[in-house]
Amino acid sequence: MNKPIEPPQAAQAAPLVVVDGVTLQYKTADHLVTATWQVGFEVYAADRYVLLGPSGCGKTTILKAIAGFMAPVAGSITLAGHTIERPGPDRMMVFQEFDQLLPWRTVLGNVLFPLLVNRRMPRRAAEDHARALLAKVNLTRFEDVYPHMLSGGMKQRVAIARALAMEPAVLLMDEPFAALDALTRRKMQEELVALWEDVRFTVIFVTHSIEEALLIGNRILVLSPHPGRVKAELNAGHIGFSDMGTPAFDALQRRIHDLLFTDKVETALAHEVHP
Amino acid sequence: MTDIAARALVPPTRPERVIALDAMGAVGDVARPLTPLERITNVTAVRRLFVLIVLAVLWEGYARFAANPLLFPSLTDTLEAFWEAAVRGPLIERTLTSLQVLAAGYAAGLAIAAVFTTVAVSTRVGTDFLSTLTAMFNPLPAIALLPLALLWFGLGAKSLIFVIIHSVLWAVALNTHSGFMSVSPTLRMAGQNVGLRGLRYVALLLVPAAFPSILTGLKIGWAFAWRTLIAAELVFGASSRSGGLGWFIFENRNQLETASVFAGLLTVILIGLFVESVIFRAIENATVRRWGMQS
Repeated sequence: MNKPIEPPQAAQAAPLVVVDGVTLQYKTADHLVTATWQVGFEVYAADRYVLLGPSGCGKTTILKAIAGFMAPVAGSITLAGHTIERPGPDRMMVFQEFDQLLPWRTVLGNVLFPLLVNRRMPRRAAEDHARALLAKVNLTRFEDVYPHMLSGGMKQRVAIARALAMEPAVLLMDEPFAALDALTRRKMQEELVALWEDVRFTVIFVTHSIEEALLIGNRILVLSPHPGRVKAELNAGHIGFSDMGTPAFDALQRRIHDLLFTDKVETALAHEVHP
Repeated sequence: MTDIAARALVPPTRPERVIALDAMGAVGDVARPLTPLERITNVTAVRRLFVLIVLAVLWEGYARFAANPLLFPSLTDTLEAFWEAAVRGPLIERTLTSLQVLAAGYAAGLAIAAVFTTVAVSTRVGTDFLSTLTAMFNPLPAIALLPLALLWFGLGAKSLIFVIIHSVLWAVALNTHSGFMSVSPTLRMAGQNVGLRGLRYVALLLVPAAFPSILTGLKIGWAFAWRTLIAAELVFGASSRSGGLGWFIFENRNQLETASVFAGLLTVILIGLFVESVIFRAIENATVRRWGMQS
């Protein structure tokens, strides 16, 4: 379970992550909320798979279920054929919040942390490995700095380096750039795609921004809110940063927008039921 | 209505400006060095020293004015007695005895608190157990348990250690547990995500993440323990051959050596100050301040 899956050179025939008919529920103080209803999709190796939807569509909950923080009420989630039972470093997660870094460890210490906890490699080798990843996210000069001295974008880069250092079978990203300012966010999106070109990891990326989904994803799962159900699964691999402003980009953006907002009445009602 | 619309303000159209920054002259005085007086008064130690000097002058002045060394010895008398007791008398030995007992009790209290909070954080029954116990025993002054301790353990270090454990345990456990509870969900998930479970999760994630609270607990525990110990020593003092600092104060009061009583109190204060502003400050600077978890 904790063994890393070798990243394949070309896309395999078998899917890496299979989410099959998954219904997720969680309890609040006075409600049992159904976050997703019979959601199913497949993620293949080297996918940049985007879960897109408005707030309340359960996309973050799906990601937490894949990470192993909660179990589905119905359906199954498998990684390389194994059912997911608990959190593990083969599914490293990058969170939206900046406080995901350990404040008592330096930037290098944070990237080293999962490697040392899992005794993945001897300390010296782990340090070299961590430094190489920090170089990839352009943080070499900051390796001895504590997280509180970093900007938001730098903190997220450390989190990405820390996650990639474990060479996870799949990288889970929960709106990692949502708390950044617009300029930094665009830069981080470009860096992430460039990093993917370099490393070819598999990533499941949660966002509520259609534009971000188009820029980052090669496949986009569009979810409807309250509870989250699959609305569409689209290809966006042919669209990138250079296509921004082109008719093809705008057309796809318009299409997703219409998919998300056609049933306005239903959404508005659902909002009143679950305030 | 039409009147308001007619008077609606329209900003004037102005020409655009583009400035090449290289062409600008020197920006001027960006940072001014502080004057020596500003720098000196910025040092906390200097300001505190000033307060101490004022207090010392007031003490000496009042003692000379009162001229009653039996009730209120002067600062110079006290310092003299302090020096005398430290060099020739039993003051250092007494202090060491006290500190030894304190260290044993403090360490035992911390160990028990560590076990309690680890159990409390792993199970819900444990949480209820700890919450109930802390709610019951935290308001109970340790010194109130001394008669019982004497009954159970007799005159001696054991009784002292018992009351010190009581004074340390609940303060540390309460603060540590509330620190654990307030670790952010994101950080918890980040820890579980890398595969931490059980004791390693507590030791490698919760303890450092809750360290500001734990440190507060350690400080409160220390202050309680130190007060409790001196008070307990005043009650029954010497166990066998050597008593502690509290006994030193009690003994000298019985002999009406008031200056020595003051010297004993001064030692209590000095040790308290040293632990708080040197030892705990150093720990703070090396940990929570360095990590940006406390300013």
